[in-house]
Formats: sequence, structure tokens, C-alpha cells
Amino acid sequence: MFAEELAVFPSRYAGHLLLSLSAIATGLAVSIPFGIHAAGRPRLAGPALGFASLVQTIPGIALLALMVPVMGGRIGFWPAYAALALYSLLPILRNTIVGLQGVPAPLKEAALGVGMTGRQRLTQVELPLAAPVIVAGLRTASVWVVGAATLSTPVGAESLGNYIFQGLQTRDWGAVLFGCLVSATLALVLDQAIRLFELSAERRSHRLAIFGAAGISLVLAPLLFALAPSGGGPRLDRDFSVAAEPLDGRTVTLAAKSFTEQYILAELLSQRLEAEGARIDLRQGLGSTIMFDAVASGEVDVAIDYTGTVWATLMEREDVPPRAVMYAEVSAWLLEEHGVLAFAPLGFENAYAYAVTRETAERLDLVSVGDLAGSGLTLASDPEFFGRLEWTRTRDIYGLDTLRTRGMESTFMYEALANGEVDVITAYTTDGRIDAYDLVLLEEPAGALPPYDAFILLSPDAAEDRALHAALAPLANAISNDEMRAANGKVDLDRETVMDAALWLTDRTRD
Amino acid sequence: MSARNLTKSFGGPPAVDGVSFDLAPGETLALIGPSGCGKTTTLKLLNRLVEPDAGEVRLGGQEAHELSAHAWRRRMGYVIQSAGLFPHLRLAENVAVTPRLLGWEPARIEVQLIRLFDLIGMPLSEFGQRFPAELSGGQAQRIGLARALAGEPDIILMDEPFSALDAMTKDTLIEDMKRLRTEIGFAAVIVTHDFSEALRFADRIAVMDAGQIIQIGPAHELMSAPANDTVARLLEAPRRTAAAVSSAFEKA
Repeated sequence: MFAEELAVFPSRYAGHLLLSLSAIATGLAVSIPFGIHAAGRPRLAGPALGFASLVQTIPGIALLALMVPVMGGRIGFWPAYAALALYSLLPILRNTIVGLQGVPAPLKEAALGVGMTGRQRLTQVELPLAAPVIVAGLRTASVWVVGAATLSTPVGAESLGNYIFQGLQTRDWGAVLFGCLVSATLALVLDQAIRLFELSAERRSHRLAIFGAAGISLVLAPLLFALAPSGGGPRLDRDFSVAAEPLDGRTVTLAAKSFTEQYILAELLSQRLEAEGARIDLRQGLGSTIMFDAVASGEVDVAIDYTGTVWATLMEREDVPPRAVMYAEVSAWLLEEHGVLAFAPLGFENAYAYAVTRETAERLDLVSVGDLAGSGLTLASDPEFFGRLEWTRTRDIYGLDTLRTRGMESTFMYEALANGEVDVITAYTTDGRIDAYDLVLLEEPAGALPPYDAFILLSPDAAEDRALHAALAPLANAISNDEMRAANGKVDLDRETVMDAALWLTDRTRD
Repeated sequence: MSARNLTKSFGGPPAVDGVSFDLAPGETLALIGPSGCGKTTTLKLLNRLVEPDAGEVRLGGQEAHELSAHAWRRRMGYVIQSAGLFPHLRLAENVAVTPRLLGWEPARIEVQLIRLFDLIGMPLSEFGQRFPAELSGGQAQRIGLARALAGEPDIILMDEPFSALDAMTKDTLIEDMKRLRTEIGFAAVIVTHDFSEALRFADRIAVMDAGQIIQIGPAHELMSAPANDTVARLLEAPRRTAAAVSSAFEKA
């Protein structure tokens, strides 16, 4: 497990560092000149600081996600960079303005009095005197940005956040901790290196500057590994090739949302396409709508989505047709509206189902969702569920108004149910933990919960790609509900790696 | 130096209203008057820290606006009440500011620094590498004076240079500055609200009120023939002090 994580470390670290440093550099390049310009102009300084403060109040993850539509559906480095650069503006801008305004008026007058030009006064008196305040702003910005860069995973930029997001979903706490520790260390070392440079300038000490440079090289050192050629993985040691028309050396971009099943399926797709000779660019942990936008814009070639998700969040439909009808309508709509091809269903369905422990089911005699009506039980689900039609529909049809609702990260839902902290959860039907915790899925006779057939999405360009079609064809209807649930369980419960689970699934699909 | 009809208004009644005077080389003029009379603004009009609405300033035949503002200011020293030393620069660097701006050779600057630090009684070897925060008020003002003199100006402008100092320090500093003036030879315009300062330091005194010079002349002329009540009132307080001091000396 650890070896696999270490193998991807250089590129994640490099991604993180590149994002952070370029965002901070941009923050500096914009904020300092603008701060200098605004410091003597209260009418400009006020609104500018107001804007920067406003940006700061937007939660980091929302700001990052917002950048995707702002940049026309682009994912990856640029939206993450834009959001982080915006984030770095405030502390530097504020401190530049405050620092310059804090230079005593008699000194400013004295500077002109001894014969300095306006520019000389700025560079020889005002900036040196404001420097400690400006550097303090820079330090704040660098700590914020390095921390916030971990949130760039959902917009498809590789960073140390990939450890955190993936670890959170697959309950790999070691990975979460690793991601946090490395990013925290990076932030601290950067902060202290800047501090040493500041001190060295203040005390005119070369020794301190050397320590600062040592700190910076400490930060940069891991990049050497990123540049060194990697030894390849264990993945190419089997030959799965089936297609007549190989993808030799072409790069295919894959995307995955941020939960275990998606990580496994992305790995499965990678193995499939690599077997046909493709190079894989994998964007993991994307937000759901961000992933779809990236496919529609062609930034991502291949992804896995679910019919019910497209139906409710993109098509905004409220009715619930049968499985086959929904698949047909979703396919037609995607092609017509976005040129996106629903290539093939994978064969399994990952729907929501109301689940209780066997003990609760027996004690309260629960068989169907309707049996929950009028009870004061607590229902936990992921936060987005309560915003969806599935909830309002089932609530209205089965009279679930009396249930107390609690939004929580799906990772924690099952344990909360097992511990008795909550009574009912909305389980995913392919979740391995249904078997592991021996949960009872309540029947839903009215068909209020829509079907969630997993299917392969192809971008408009990929939709025309015959070689890609041939490579993906073996996956059509190849995975059953039980197989997917078992593969998820391997990761979530048996602590196997995503790669091993995907290999296992690949072996099953070839039978 | 000559000032002709200097006028400046900050949007209300004129702060400085038709001020004219001439200053001979090496002469010292004191601008004195109640606060708000326009004496500090007049001083700043001389070195263009404030631009006049009307009037002109000449120095050695050159009009102020024939040069850029910074080039004009490099021709005259400027001393302010709080000394205004740059806290991030060592004392030697503070004093060397104007020569550097003037593009002097490092060797010439070094010679000038040694000379000036000696003249103000603070040897360069001992004080040059210190920072302004380490100085007393009197020491800071000496360095401020050295900085004003460093570019070898023909004239020094001083804005209340002694008012933040205690009586003893003020007394020694005034004597030292008189000595410096004799040794180096520079003209000066000094703004003060203290008549005894003006009396001790200046050759001529200009009394200002409401933006205008009411009377200008040597101290004895002002005392023997005050032009109006304002001048007379200004002289009352020092007159009483003088009377009290001399009676005390007589009893002693």
C-alpha cells in the first residue's frame, strides 16, 4: 500500500508546490504594485480591500469549484491556480496598503525635503519601512495558499490533497494523515524560510540568508524525484490487449469522482486502456458536476457517471421512469445537448437505498420505507441527498416528515449506524459495507428512488474515436452489482489497494 | 534668496498672502508668529513642498520652477521638528542621503561625513554605524542638521528645530548651530514660535499674522518700534521674562 502511495508522491508534491508557488507569486505581482498605487488613494484602497476580504470569506473549496464554470468548464491547474491566486491577494494587498499608510508623515516629508523624487522616496524610505508588514502578509498568504491547495483535488489539479480526498473516501487514514503532514510541513518550512530572508535583510546577515536558502532547497528537493524517470508500476506486466486497432502512445484523460467505487473504476479503465497502449492522464477526486463539465468541454475523454445523477442534477427531471427508459432518455439528451456519448452501461446500479441494521429492522419490524412513517428515527445521508428530489419524493410519498435528518460524509455513515448514533442511512447499493455490517435494505414499492445505472461517458471527441470504442467495448455490461459491491468492500473493509481491487475486477470481467 | 509675493490658499482664506523678503548670503531670517499664521507654509513654499498659487522664489538668480522640485530641494537643507531621521538607515547613511542623490563620489562623501560628524561633536567612528533609535532628542536633531548640511547647500530651512527639546539641550544646540554657521557659512530661514530663539539665532525677524508679514527687521527695531498690537503683544512675554531674570540676577 505504502509503496503505491510513495510512487505517486513526486508528481503530487510537484503539483502542489507548482500551484502554491505560482499562486503566491501572482499574488505578490498583483498585490504589491496595486497596493502601492492604492495606499495613497483611500477611494481605491477601501473598495479594493473590500473586494479582497469578500473573496476571503468564500470557503476555499467553493472558490475553487466556482473557478471551473468561470473558466468555461476548464479543470486542472488553471482554475485551481486562479482561485489560489485570488486567495493570496488579500493578506499581501492589505498589508502593503496598511504598511505604506503606516509610514509617519514627517518621514515622508523629510524624504522629499532631502531631495528624493517620488520614486526614490518609495523605494528608499516607504517600502523599506513597510517591508516587515508586507512580509508578514506574504507569510500569511503562503501558509493559506499551501493549505488551500489541498482543496484543488475536486477541480482536477493534482496536489497533496489527492491523498486526503482519496484517503477520506477509502477510509485510509494513513493517507489522509500523510497528505496533511506533508502539506503542513511545506507551509511551515516556507513560512520560516521567508522569515529568515526577512531577518537576514533586517540584520544584514548572510548567515541567515543561507539558512533561508537551505529551507527553500529543502522544499524543492523532493522535486528531483519528480524529474527522475520513474521505474514504471506493476501494472504493465499483464497483457489484456483485445483491440485490433491499438491506442499506441496516445494520451487518454480519465476522470473520477471522489468515492471508492469511482477510484476503482478509474483504475479499471486505466488498466483497460493501458493494455491497448494508451497513456493515461488520471484526474481523481473531482466534484460531480465539475467532472461532467470537463467531459462536455472535452478536457476529459472518459468518465463513469450514473443515470440518476444526470437525470436529476443535469436534466432536472422530477419523474422516475423505469431503468431502461431512463437510460435511453439520458443517452439521447446527453448527445443532443452536449454531444456527449453514453457509450455503454457497466452493468451494475449504484442507487440510494434506505438501510437499517438487522437488529433495528427486527425490533421495529421494518420491511419497507413506508414503515418508517411517523417514527422519530434519525436519518443520516450525504449532505447533497437532502437537497435532491429523491429525498423530497420519498419523504412525501412515505410520510417521512417526522424523521430527524443529519447530513454527514458517507465514510462515517455506516459506523454511525452500527454504533446506534443514527437509526437509518441512505446506503449506496454497491457499497461493500452493506454486507460487512449486515444491513437490511428497506423495500421501496412506489419506485420513488430513481435508478442509478453506471455508464461510460465519452467526450464529443472521444465519441468519434473508433480505437477508444474498441478498447472500452469489453467493459459493456461486464460488472454485476455483487461484483462491484465486492470490489468496493475489498478497499473499504479489507484495506486492499484500489489497484488490487481493480485488477480483481478486471479478472472477473474477462470471464 | 528672494521671495516675491508668495501666495497660497488651501481652499479657504489664503494661508500665505503676498509674502516677500530678501535674504543675503550667510544671513539668518526667523519667521515668527502665532500658530496658524502661515509661517510653516511659507517655509514649505520656499522648497516647493507646497506649490504656490502665485509668486516666485529665487536662489542665486534661478527661479524655483526652472528646476524639477527634487533638484531644487537638493540645493537647500531641510530640518524638521522631530528630526525626521530614517529609522532603517544608519546615521552615516542618513547624513549621506543628499550627497548620494547628488551623485557624489564615495570618497568625497566619506570626507564630508567625517567633517560633519566632527562639527556636530559626534565622531563618525563612534556614531556612524548606529541607528536613530539609539539617540537622544538633541543628538537626533544634530544628525538632522548634519543631514541638511551634507549636500553643501547655500541655505538651510528649519521648521521649529528646537521646540521638541528640553531647555538645556536647546541652549547648547543653539550655541553649536551659531558656531557651525560661522565655521561653514550658510544662510538660514528658521520657523519658530519662540521669540527668544529668534532673538538669539536670527539676524532679522519677520513677524507673521494671518498669512502676511506684518513687520520685518532686526530684533532691536521690532522692540523699539512695533508696527502694531500683534507685534507688541508678541514681545510682551519675552520682555517680562527678561525683567524677571535680570531682577533675579541682581538679587543674587
